Amino acid sequence: MVQLTLPKNSTVSKGRHWPAPEGADPANVRTFRVYRYDPDSGENPRWDTYDLDTSEFGPMALHAVIYIKDNVDATLTFRRSCREGVCGSCSMNIDGRNTIACTKPLDEIKSKVVTISPLPHMAVVKDLVPDLNNFYAQHAAMQPYLKTTTPAPDKEWKQAIEDREKLDGLYECILCASCSTACPSYWWNGDRYLGPAALLQAYRWLIDSRDEATGERLDALEDPFRLYRCHTIMNCTQVCPKGLNPAKAIGEIKKMLVERAV
Amino acid sequence: MSANWSDPRPLSPFTTVWRWHVTMVVSILHRASGAALFGGVVVLVAWLFAASQGPQSYAKLMELLVSGPGRALLFAFTLALCFHLLNGVRYLLWSGGHGFEKGMANRTSWLAIILSVILTLAIWTAAYWHLGLLTVGG
Repeated sequence: MVQLTLPKNSTVSKGRHWPAPEGADPANVRTFRVYRYDPDSGENPRWDTYDLDTSEFGPMALHAVIYIKDNVDATLTFRRSCREGVCGSCSMNIDGRNTIACTKPLDEIKSKVVTISPLPHMAVVKDLVPDLNNFYAQHAAMQPYLKTTTPAPDKEWKQAIEDREKLDGLYECILCASCSTACPSYWWNGDRYLGPAALLQAYRWLIDSRDEATGERLDALEDPFRLYRCHTIMNCTQVCPKGLNPAKAIGEIKKMLVERAV
Repeated sequence: MSANWSDPRPLSPFTTVWRWHVTMVVSILHRASGAALFGGVVVLVAWLFAASQGPQSYAKLMELLVSGPGRALLFAFTLALCFHLLNGVRYLLWSGGHGFEKGMANRTSWLAIILSVILTLAIWTAAYWHLGLLTVGG
């Protein structure tokens, strides 16, 4: 049965409040409500609030989080690397929607208080860091590499320009997990449903003109849970920070399965 | 998974933080209206059964159905039917690979909601009109 509330060890209590620095112009002060969990404390997670002088840092949500770590509370833990939307590390839930913090402008957020929490319905390692092991394993299970049976050509596997174009909107996935952890089906059945990210990856290889394992790949997906738990809720497509469309990719896989059966 | 969460680590917030898109609202409404239709079929069967049992039992059931709460129930049934039908068209289009673009999915979601209300009101207006309970100019 689906549970809509958090289990006992996961309920979030009210945490510490960090006031704005003295002398900050009140017009520039904004409150950030950040999810905190310290695995060493043995305590439940908490919401810490930080009143920050937004004139002190850059325009993106990632700037705010880094500012907190550098200037207010060094214990805040999160993943980040490239700060320009190509690595997918800083994915988190910002203002109720999953995205990557580095490309999320704060002035796009209408809520007065900016709420930041880890990717939804995941085991939390610490603060904003979720355990993505299962997510990566699902990606690996898609065998995201070219599979062929014919002998390799002398130089390279050739692909027509129009066949290459079919991969646009698919190859750009940065594995940030925003889509999969936005999906209610993945929330309730993440252990058996592959989720939008893995399925988008599966489709990327299914329609690659050079790949010769299409049938085998489709066999692996034809399952009531792995693929068909997608109910077209579309949260994946709504949140993808790269503007990709996993819902459409999943729809195309379903279509391929029907076409192969008739 | 959360129902039997045995991980010592906490589960991150999901329903409590998520800000809904219209596509998610419509998806859940589709399920809810589907469940409501299931209940509606029971009423339909009761209606047929009552009719087969003769005029007396039919009159008894009709008394229930035309009462205030009975009408409210039938109105809700009509609304569920209209919504489920219209939103079903979206699923049909998706099966053909159409309508997955973000903007289009949002527009068709709103369309399903608005048209189902309009269609329901039209059906009830027509029914009242047919029964002579409505006349032009009041």
